[in-house]
Amino acid sequence: MTSLVVLPVLIPLCAAAVMLILRSPMWQRVLSFVALLSSLAVAIAVLVEVWTDDEILVTRLGGWPGSFAISMVADRLAAVLVVVALGVTSTVLIFAIGQRSRDEQSPFYHPVYMVMTAGIVQAFLAGDLFNLFVAFEILLMASYVLLTLEGTREQIRSGTTYVVLNVIESLVLVVAVGLIFGATGTVNFAELPARLAELPDGVRNGLQLLLLVAFGIKAAVFPLFFWLPDSYPTAPSSASAVFAGLLTKVGVYCLIRVQTLLFPGEMRGLVLVVGALTMLVGVIGAISQQDMKRILSFHIVSQIGYMVFGLGIGGTAAIAATIFYLIHHIPVKTSLFLVEGIIERDSGSSSLASVSGLARRSPMLAMLFLVPALSLAGLPPLSGFLAKFAIVRAGLDDGHYVVVTVALVVSLLTLVSMVKIWVGAFWGEPSNDRDISQANILLASPSMSVATGMMVALSIAIAIGAGPLYEFAGDAARQVLDVGGYVVGVRGS
Amino acid sequence: MKMRSSAILSELVDRWLTKVATLIAVYVTFRGHNAPGGGFAGGLLLGAAFVLQFLAGDEPSIRRRPIRNPEMLLGVGLLAAFGTTLAPLIAGGSPLESYIWKLDVPVIGEVKFVSSTLFDLGVFAVVVAVVLMILRALGTEGAGVSAHRGRAASRDQGGAPR
Repeated sequence: MTSLVVLPVLIPLCAAAVMLILRSPMWQRVLSFVALLSSLAVAIAVLVEVWTDDEILVTRLGGWPGSFAISMVADRLAAVLVVVALGVTSTVLIFAIGQRSRDEQSPFYHPVYMVMTAGIVQAFLAGDLFNLFVAFEILLMASYVLLTLEGTREQIRSGTTYVVLNVIESLVLVVAVGLIFGATGTVNFAELPARLAELPDGVRNGLQLLLLVAFGIKAAVFPLFFWLPDSYPTAPSSASAVFAGLLTKVGVYCLIRVQTLLFPGEMRGLVLVVGALTMLVGVIGAISQQDMKRILSFHIVSQIGYMVFGLGIGGTAAIAATIFYLIHHIPVKTSLFLVEGIIERDSGSSSLASVSGLARRSPMLAMLFLVPALSLAGLPPLSGFLAKFAIVRAGLDDGHYVVVTVALVVSLLTLVSMVKIWVGAFWGEPSNDRDISQANILLASPSMSVATGMMVALSIAIAIGAGPLYEFAGDAARQVLDVGGYVVGVRGS
Repeated sequence: MKMRSSAILSELVDRWLTKVATLIAVYVTFRGHNAPGGGFAGGLLLGAAFVLQFLAGDEPSIRRRPIRNPEMLLGVGLLAAFGTTLAPLIAGGSPLESYIWKLDVPVIGEVKFVSSTLFDLGVFAVVVAVVLMILRALGTEGAGVSAHRGRAASRDQGGAPR
């Protein structure tokens, strides 16, 4: 039973290997679906197991004992994120196949997509720091390829920035892992809390800062976010949807682990300030943009700020809010990028200046945009409102009035920039261009619309099921904060 | 003149270096279970031989080498590695667990086979395939990676060297 944990990583990898042998487009697509859906089924089984039994599932590779083995650990937080990640990658796959973009036509698209999925899943399940580093490398390598697969001049240019920045991030991370191993003699998450606690304060702070910088680059927090709004908009829509939805969230997940497991509650002040600045700078960047993809990319940064803010508050309520925020944010952000992909396919551009009147042409598409956009801004009764409400309340309870004010202002500014997209792209007269204005945007590629609809439906479902989901987030937060329980749970199984 | 010297070089490398390098690569790979070596080091050795051959000759010399389809080799290698990771699960072990079989072969004597050898061979294949793909991508004029199906197909049929 415990070996189940390794399957969501291995199935996509095996599928990638088979796809390199069978390079027919048809087989690759079928295999992609089979692999992702079977991984999703296993992940759901793991989640159910972890949820009902309050148990931590551990797989030790090679059957080695204790901390000698590379271990894969699924606790509540990891298990739920794996399910969400696989759900999102499966949905985006439907979109990508429907889009028939140039990158999807490449014989390398599907294998690389599988490898990236495996990397994301492994990052969530990693039970030691080095394994986590390897997971990051896997998903980064795959994301380099996906970002530049179409090979346009713009993609290569921004791809270079992306690669260089992420290599620096990897370097910082591997140095941190090396130093931590040197100082404590282990990289295992179950061993580290006790060993790190024995170190002198200066060493601890240094190590924590290194980890925060490494994961901060990945999560795109202020002031390390500048690579994101530059590179994501150039990626093909399907790739940028996964990047936007999942890659930065992997960074946030690691920040949660650093702040709760390795260095519980330390440097909260710094994290809090970084969170506030990330929110503010991200949204100001978004307001100044004129291109849908770029606006949405800046919003990733700003939304990350909320999660970092929750992390900075600390305590069960705030961590629960952060986890809820994380879960809600993934489908919302993904669906916004998918809607943008539909628009871009229709009008050949994501610039607000060249698109208009979409609401009149396709009210359905307008709805698909409006629901996640308002959710992102935090309007009730959508999931974004609940997530923001939870974080703001945790902040008020803890007396962080300044940052709460920032969060509320940012929420308003988010709405402003969403209105900007709405006014630019959806209002106004449809372009009186020949038969374009007659064509039905959503029916032009049904699978793209269905995939987007599924993502939006998921975000609505999160709002409807917010009660139980919030309770679950609370349970997950309690488990994440209970370092002793984690250590016993991992060692015991 | 240049063509000629290149042909001699290529022939020398082909006749001597490649074969010796292949032998050493195989030796290093199998030695790697209990001593320094292994699939990665072996793969790099053979990869280095391919690079040398590429430098000595011209681009088609890789193309007519036994491995014309590095993607396939990459897939097979990965599958061998992931397969050996998965297989113990079916036998009820933990992933990546290694098994040892001892066989009594007449004449040779006792032969020990360790299942992780398959993993190593997979790594070997992956490394060689990656070296070949890099050579093809960076070493061929104006071709680049065969990122798109149309071009890949025409290349696989062995389009004329530019």
